[in-house]
Amino acid sequence: MIGTEGSGAVGAPMERIEGRAKVTGTAPYAYEHDFPDPLHVHPVLSTVPRGRVRSVDVSAAQGLTGVRATLTAPDVAGTVGAEDREFAVLQDGEVFFRGQIVAAVVADTPEIARQAATLVRVDYEVDDHEVELPPARRELYRPEEVNTGAEADTARGDADAVLADSTVRIDRTYRTPREYNNPMEPHCSIAVWETDPERLVLYDSTQGVHVVRRTLAEVLGLDAERIRVISPHVGGGFGSKGSPHAHNVLVVLAARALPGRAVKLALTRRQMFSLVGYRPNTIQRIRIGAEEDGRIGALVHDVVETSSLAKEYAEQSGVCSRMMYTARARRTTHRLAALDVPIPFWMRAPGEAPGMFALETAMDELAYACGLDPIELRLRNEPGRDPESGLPWSGRHLARCLRQGAERFGWDTRPELPRGHRDGDWWVGTGVASAVYPRLTLPGSEAEIVLERDGSHTVSIGAADIGTGTWTALTQIAADALGCGPDRVRLRIGDSRLPTASVAGGSSGISSWGSAVVAAARAFRDAHGDRPAPGARSRAETPENPEREEYAMYSFGSQFAEVRVNADTGEVRVPRILGVFSAGRIINPRTARSQLTGGMVMGLSMALHEEGVVDPRFGHVVNGDLAGYHVAANADVGRVEAEWLDEVDPHVNALGAAGVGEIGIVGTAAAIANAAFHATGVRVRDLPLTPDRFLG
Amino acid sequence: MDSTITLTVDGERRELTVDTRTTLLDALRDRLGVYAPKKGCDHGQCGSCTVLMEDRRVLACLSLAVAHDGARVTTAAGLGDGDELHPVAGAFLDEDAFQCGYCTPGQICSAVGMLSEVASGWLSHVTEDPEGPVEATDAEIRERMSGNLCRCGAYPHIVAAIRRAAP
Repeated sequence: MIGTEGSGAVGAPMERIEGRAKVTGTAPYAYEHDFPDPLHVHPVLSTVPRGRVRSVDVSAAQGLTGVRATLTAPDVAGTVGAEDREFAVLQDGEVFFRGQIVAAVVADTPEIARQAATLVRVDYEVDDHEVELPPARRELYRPEEVNTGAEADTARGDADAVLADSTVRIDRTYRTPREYNNPMEPHCSIAVWETDPERLVLYDSTQGVHVVRRTLAEVLGLDAERIRVISPHVGGGFGSKGSPHAHNVLVVLAARALPGRAVKLALTRRQMFSLVGYRPNTIQRIRIGAEEDGRIGALVHDVVETSSLAKEYAEQSGVCSRMMYTARARRTTHRLAALDVPIPFWMRAPGEAPGMFALETAMDELAYACGLDPIELRLRNEPGRDPESGLPWSGRHLARCLRQGAERFGWDTRPELPRGHRDGDWWVGTGVASAVYPRLTLPGSEAEIVLERDGSHTVSIGAADIGTGTWTALTQIAADALGCGPDRVRLRIGDSRLPTASVAGGSSGISSWGSAVVAAARAFRDAHGDRPAPGARSRAETPENPEREEYAMYSFGSQFAEVRVNADTGEVRVPRILGVFSAGRIINPRTARSQLTGGMVMGLSMALHEEGVVDPRFGHVVNGDLAGYHVAANADVGRVEAEWLDEVDPHVNALGAAGVGEIGIVGTAAAIANAAFHATGVRVRDLPLTPDRFLG
Repeated sequence: MDSTITLTVDGERRELTVDTRTTLLDALRDRLGVYAPKKGCDHGQCGSCTVLMEDRRVLACLSLAVAHDGARVTTAAGLGDGDELHPVAGAFLDEDAFQCGYCTPGQICSAVGMLSEVASGWLSHVTEDPEGPVEATDAEIRERMSGNLCRCGAYPHIVAAIRRAAP
C-alpha cells in the first residue's frame, strides 16, 4: 500500500501549491486569460415559463454601435444536436422554463453587449405552466433510475405489515427547498473558433475538462480531438460545474459566428439561478416502526421531488435509507414531477444532503418517542452488513464517530428533555445526526509520468481543482508513489490535452485520479527500474477494483450542533458544530480539514438560510441573487471543528483513501434542526429554520 | 460615451479609456487586465471585488471608474512588498483560509482595510464598549468580515488568519 513505501508526503499537511497565486489574486480563472480585443456575449433569457418564441426583433440591438452579432433561433437552428434539451440552445422556439436562453448579443464590450441584450424584443405564444410541488395538474412518475444509476424503488419484506405491528411508529413528512450551488466564481467561458480546419479552444470554469469536451463534441458533431478545454483554476462548483450547461453551447455558437475572435461569456449571478442547475425541492415522507427498545422493524422513505420537463434529473434522496440502519422490512421510492422549471442538477452531496436531513430528523423523533438517547438509538440499529446488498462493509465506523464525537462535544452534560436550558433570552440545545457518503471511484482516468532532464517528474492528468486541493494532494500521492520529494513532482491538470480524467464529483477525485497516478508510477518503476533515463515515460489507467463487488464502501460521520434560539425573536444561532468522520486515509490533513469544515458550513447555511422562493404566477425565483438568497456569512458561523478517525480502508483503492468533499454537508442540517428542537421543543420539518418557525 | 481617465493600480500609473458606465471592477479586469479583484455578483452583495483606496476598502463593482479618475487603487496583487507576502496574505496561506481562492483577494483586501478601521477606533454592531479601545476579537472580525462571502465556507480559518495577522 502506498504511503508506506514513499517519501512520507501522503499524510503531511502540505501547503497548497497554488496557494501563493491565490492569496495574491494571480491564479487565472476562466475569464482571466488575456486575448487581444475579445468580444463579449450576453444572453437574453425568456420571461415566460412555458410557450414558444413567436418572433425576435433584434433591429434595435443591431443598431447599437459596437454590436458584432445577434444570435436567434432562425440564425442558428439546426447547427447543434437537439436531443438533449439543455444543450439545444436556440434550435427552435420552444420555451421550457423562465430564464431559458432565447437570444444573445455579441459586442465589443460587456457594457454594449448588456445594453443591446435589453433592446432585443421577444414575442411569445404563452402556454399554461406549473412550477410547484406537488403539482396540481400533472401526474407524478417513477423515473427509470435515479442519479448515480441506482434503482428508483426498492422493497424488502412487508413493510406495511411490520409497521402495523410495531409498538412505536413515526410517520412524518419533511420538506427541503430548492437550493442553489452559488460558487463564488460565476460560470465563465472564453471560446475561440478556428476554421479550416475547424477547431475550438474553450477556457472554462468546470469540474471536468474531458466531460466538457465529450459533451460539446456530441452536441456540435465535432471530433473531440478538435476541441481543447482548459481550466487550471476553478472558483468553486459544488456540482454545478460538473457538466457543461446551455451557456457553454451559447459561447461556442457566438465564437462560431465570429471565427478567429475570442468571445467571453460571464454569466451574471442572476442568470445562474436558471441556467446552471440547483438542488431540486423535495417532499419526503418517512415511516419507521420500532419496538420500545428502539430496534427498528420497518423503514419506509417515499420521496416526491421536482424535475424539469426540459430534461430529467432524479435526486437520489431516498437511497440513504437503504443502508443506514437495520430493519427487516424496508421500502424506498422516488417520484418526480416534470415541471416547467429550470433543469435541476448536482449540488454538493446530491441525494444524501436532503435525504439525510429527513432520515436523521426522523431518527431524532424516534429517539424521543422511545425515550432513548439519540446516539444510543443509532447504536442499537447498526447493521452488521449492508442491509440491501448483504455485502460486508469495507469499514463501517459510524459507532466510533458517534462515540468519539459525544466525548469531544460533551454530549453527556445535556439535559434529557427539550426546553430544559435557558440562558437569558436564549433557549439552548444540542443535537446529533449521522453522516454518510459512498466511497466512489469513477472509471476512465489515466495518468502519465515523464522523467525530465532536471530529474523532476511531470505527472499529467486532466483532473480539476475546484478548491478541493487536487493540485497539492495529487502531487503528494505522486511523490510517495515515485519515492521522491513533492518538490520533484510537476503536476499538470485542467487541460483536455492531458490524459483523460473523470469529473470532480461524488467525492471521487482522490480515489479515481489518485489511483491512476499510483498505477502510472508503478508502471513507470516497472518499466524503467531504479535508474530511469530522462524522457522515460509511462501511462496507466485507474485499475478496476474487484473488491467493489465484495464490499459495501461508505464513509460515515457524526455531526453535533449547539443551537441557541431567541425566545422573543426566534432567531437561530449556531455557536458550535463538531463533525467526526471516517473517510479512510487522509492524504492532506490541512486541505481535508478545510473541505470538511467547509461542507459543515454549507450544511449550516442549508439549515438556517437557503431557500429559492418560487413565484408560481411567473415561474421564477424571486430571490435570485446573493442579497435575496442568503448563504452563510462570516457572522453566521461560530466554532466549526472537524476531526477524523485514524483509518485506512484496505479495500477501496491502492491509497486506502476516500474523498471528503461531500460528507461534511451531510447530516449537518439535521443536527442543527434536532438541536433547535432540544432547545425549544419546536420540531421543524421544513428547511430552512427561519425565525418564524419558532414563534407563536 | 467614452472618457479617458488615469488610475494608479498597485503602484503603476495607467491611462485608459472607459465607457462612462464602466465600473471600477470592469475597468480593472476588462480594460487593464488586472484580475486580482474578482466579479462574484456585480451588485455589492459578495465582496469578491474588494480593493483598497487610500487604505479604505471599496467595492469595485459599485464604483464607477470615471468617478475615480486619478485614484490610487491597491489590489491583493499589490499588497505585498516585492516577493514578500503581506502579513494578512501570509496568514491566509498559513491557516488555509481559502479553498477555491476566488473570494480570497477580496477577503484579504477587506481584512487589511478592516484592521485599519479597528486601529482607528471605528465601532461595529458588536463593539461592547463604545468608549474603550476597539480590539480585533473573533466577534469583531466575524462581524466586520461579513460583507465578504465565501461559499467554500472557510470562515473559521479566515477568522484565525486575521487574528494571527492582527497587530
